[in-house]
Amino acid sequence: MTDMIFAPSHNDATIFALSSGMPPAAIAVLRISGPQAGAALAALAGRLPEPRRATLATLRDPTAALACERERPEGDTAALACAVACDGGSARKAEREKPEGALDRALILWFPGPATATGEDLAEIHAHGGRAIVRAIEAALAAQPGLRRAQPGEFTRRALDNGRIDLAEAEGLADLLEAETEGQRRHALAMAGGALSRAVGDWQQRLLLASARIEALLDFADEDDVIADDLEIQNIINEIAGISGEWRSWLARPHAERLRDGLSVAIAGPPNAGKSTLLNALAEREAAITSPVAGTTRDIIEVPLALSGIAFRFADTAGLHAGTGDAIESEGMARAADWIAHADILLWLGSPDTAPTHPVMCRIAAQADRFSVDPAWSLTVTACDIRLSALSGEGMADLRNWLVATAERLLPGEGEVAINQRHRDALAVALVALDEGCTGLSTGKARDGCVDLSTGKARENDPLMTDPLILAEGLRAARIAIDRITGRAGTEAMLDALFGRFCVGK
Amino acid sequence: MVQHSDQHFDVIVVGGGHSGVEAACAAARVGMADGLRVAMVSFDPAKIGAMSCNPAIGGLGKGHLVREVDAFGGVIARAADAGAIHHRMLNASKGAAVQGPRVQADRKRFAAAVQRIVTTQASLTVVTGEAVALHTTPGGAVAGVVLGDGRIIAGGAVVLATGTFLGGRLFRGEEVFEGGRVDEAGATRLAQQLRHAQLPMARLKTGTPPRLDGRTIDLAQLPQQPSDAGDWTMSAATPGRMLPQISCFITRTTEAAHDLIRANLHRSPMFTGAIGARGPRYCPSIEDKIHRFADRTSHQVFLEPEGLDTHIIYPNGISTSLPADVQLAMLRMMPGLATVEIIVPGYAVEYDHIDPRALDRTLMVRALPGLYCAGQINGTTGYEEAAAQGLVAGINAALCLLGREPMILDRWQSYIGVMIDDLVLQGVSEPYRMLTARAEHRLRLRADNAETRLSPLAERLGALAGERKIALDHRTATRADARVRLAAMVTPERLRSLAIAPPADGVMRCLGQWLVVDAAAGERLVAASLELAALSPAILAELVEDLRYAPYIARHDAELRALAANERVALDPALDFASVAGLSSEMIERMSAARPETLGQASRIAGVTPAGLTAIMIHSRNRAA
Repeated sequence: MTDMIFAPSHNDATIFALSSGMPPAAIAVLRISGPQAGAALAALAGRLPEPRRATLATLRDPTAALACERERPEGDTAALACAVACDGGSARKAEREKPEGALDRALILWFPGPATATGEDLAEIHAHGGRAIVRAIEAALAAQPGLRRAQPGEFTRRALDNGRIDLAEAEGLADLLEAETEGQRRHALAMAGGALSRAVGDWQQRLLLASARIEALLDFADEDDVIADDLEIQNIINEIAGISGEWRSWLARPHAERLRDGLSVAIAGPPNAGKSTLLNALAEREAAITSPVAGTTRDIIEVPLALSGIAFRFADTAGLHAGTGDAIESEGMARAADWIAHADILLWLGSPDTAPTHPVMCRIAAQADRFSVDPAWSLTVTACDIRLSALSGEGMADLRNWLVATAERLLPGEGEVAINQRHRDALAVALVALDEGCTGLSTGKARDGCVDLSTGKARENDPLMTDPLILAEGLRAARIAIDRITGRAGTEAMLDALFGRFCVGK
Repeated sequence: MVQHSDQHFDVIVVGGGHSGVEAACAAARVGMADGLRVAMVSFDPAKIGAMSCNPAIGGLGKGHLVREVDAFGGVIARAADAGAIHHRMLNASKGAAVQGPRVQADRKRFAAAVQRIVTTQASLTVVTGEAVALHTTPGGAVAGVVLGDGRIIAGGAVVLATGTFLGGRLFRGEEVFEGGRVDEAGATRLAQQLRHAQLPMARLKTGTPPRLDGRTIDLAQLPQQPSDAGDWTMSAATPGRMLPQISCFITRTTEAAHDLIRANLHRSPMFTGAIGARGPRYCPSIEDKIHRFADRTSHQVFLEPEGLDTHIIYPNGISTSLPADVQLAMLRMMPGLATVEIIVPGYAVEYDHIDPRALDRTLMVRALPGLYCAGQINGTTGYEEAAAQGLVAGINAALCLLGREPMILDRWQSYIGVMIDDLVLQGVSEPYRMLTARAEHRLRLRADNAETRLSPLAERLGALAGERKIALDHRTATRADARVRLAAMVTPERLRSLAIAPPADGVMRCLGQWLVVDAAAGERLVAASLELAALSPAILAELVEDLRYAPYIARHDAELRALAANERVALDPALDFASVAGLSSEMIERMSAARPETLGQASRIAGVTPAGLTAIMIHSRNRAA
């Protein structure tokens, strides 16, 4: 077995970490979780505030033997919270203004367990985000008995361990923390809120019921209360068909990866068609090296970019042409072709009649300021055709609008939960299991032994009937597969992968 | 006080029921070569092998257990064959994996066969007496049993197979009796001692119907259920059916009978609260059936003859604790029973059982090394479940005294393994009965391949006697040979020579595949093979069934490999689950009661969450590090 991603915690250990971004920043949020969280907060702030109420306090290093200054009476907490968050300069200002011997004036929050995010006692310090302040508070916390720095993902792991969230929710949380765009955030919130878990719970219930009905036929066939006939089996198969139909529609939903990683957009075309220039224009900075020499872009350059709150990954691919035999160039072209094939959207800058086949393509008449439009443009109609000059800006707004509109079509809609690859895999396995249960694996549809091989048909007076044993087997395999989404079976490897995604304190 | 013991043995089995018999005989078979001496303590040796409830052996899931016990040379299948007066293969129209052989056994002949096997078993002595207490060393180790007359029977291992006799109370209407079966004294003093030893105990209930006088039943007007044709037997060692086959009959409860029962529910101790314990959901009393399924207007009642030369009829499906006068009135409202007479009224039994989570996988009490528990005392119900546990406890008691490795059967290997795993990990909330649905690997655990699955192990343990061993060796060789023949491709020439039309799909198949897909043509191919035509139909059927489900077995194998990693993660035996952060109090209780030895076992405990499992693993590793 592989080692755990982080060193296992002692269960009495209290962990802390900086939960906000790297300093310097306007504010820094430090979280403390575990049995000593309250004591540690009280040691630094001089007392424990009222639970679940943001309170202003002067933080001191309790180990530093300094003359104590009693904290000032509190002001309006809301107004102060606003002041804390105001601007980047406030950190330095706060450092200058803090009282002698104090670490900072900060907002503190106290959440007694177990009804907290981690299921343990939890404290938060919202301090000014200067490097020196954060370092000093961290040092003071580390000096507290029973406290240590958190390992990556450890807060979430504790939440999972304490039953505060299930796996699907944990994944949603991971996505939420990584979310950079509004669309990603909304989706991750839906996941963390348990939309998928609720759907899975519903499937589990229905699968269990279908299983129970078929098991009754198998285990209580001699009881007259159990109707062991083909009609009951057909009813169960119909119920299963309903479930697998739902799975098919979930599988047909847009991939969560599109939201998380951004829609992939390949910019492709022959050498020197202006692909890199277009990318730079979209990125509004020099992301790719542009030069008038054909074949400058030999590798894939990916530029993550958010347009109207939607994440994209633009890739400037190597120019597609007959090739010069240059090994590096050939490799670059192979990669480009692969990227194009897997991209969600293709922006094609070449002649329209040489455009590759792609379901979502926009053909662009680029360098419109230099060339007159190719007569071939009028011949075919595709998803979108745009006349564009990256240099003059002509057509750029049209292209951006088209990209956003297309993305909205490709991405999950409001309230619709997208599923990631792990969920897709589990659903696909479960779907296959149900299909096999209904149709049989070894010999097609027949109850075995009753086919006339010379005609391939069922023998007379022995109608084809699904083997209830195989139906039950399919349901069992489907249940195991579905359990993997919220994680009841085969948890080890998946947990490792899941927690590997977290950084400290999140 | 040092007590002087009167008799010395190695393994002492308390109880002569289905569990005790298997435990004693299995311990004797396994230990015989090493001179191990086994004693069976029984109240009344004339009652050894008595069937206290319905006169049937086998059924769905239960038939599997019987065949598995038989694969170890056990008693129950042989005795069932000796008494079999009615054969029925349940689920005969479904896949072989869920087919359950069941026989009605002549009560007297069954018990006589059991007693014959017990008394002729070498190294086994029957001791008459009531085991009233455990005999322990000053250090508290199990050292034998104390009998009611003060005698001490010494032995290094004790198997308690006391059935419902522990703290048993009988209920019939307003009457309450102490004891196990009617007219027998319960092992009440032993129950008190076990309670003193602080073993986790709970109470369960079960019931039995009235016994009827067949001469007062008009069978002529009732539908008949004849015995199955065919020649299958419960034991592989039985050459064929020995007794004349008789029919069962079917009657039904009526609305008038339901009304009567409803009007008298207040006189049923189960409804007045006199019995608080939980009964089996799958074997409800007639009061329960009518109360819980109020919309049903009639329930089937099977009239099962108790033997060839008795007129006693067992009405299966109406166990009850109603007063005797209500029982009689209710019966007389059913077709064919207008003038029926009751020989013994039905009653309910409430009894003590040990929480089986206190046992390890050899069925030894973890807190009292040397003490094993088997059968109904562990919260199970049924002769077959009892017999299977007796086998496991008896074999392991012998192996332990001989200093040999214990016999632990896996879930994928046998129904016995499924049952033991369920009992020691999950405990029981109602009397535990075997069901095929409990076995996730049931496609490979068929009643028809029990011998193939388990007999090689039985032979290694020394559980098989001489004749059985020779038969097994012959069977193993025949089966291997037939397997090769079934794997041979059927050529187009072969088909032509038998005038079988070539397959429409043009696929060339081996003989076994022909049998799976096109049984009619396959049988002609088999008939044309000298060696296969001479093969026992049972072995041929077993091999075809193997082929039929081979793709599913392959998938199970993959699952098993994935699970094996968890089974290899050993948990610290001293692990304090209460100190594992993140376990709910319910999980702490369940884990502490079951004490899983591996992460794989922990993962099977009902209700465990992935988070809980992770927490246990991390905690366990922490301690190991």
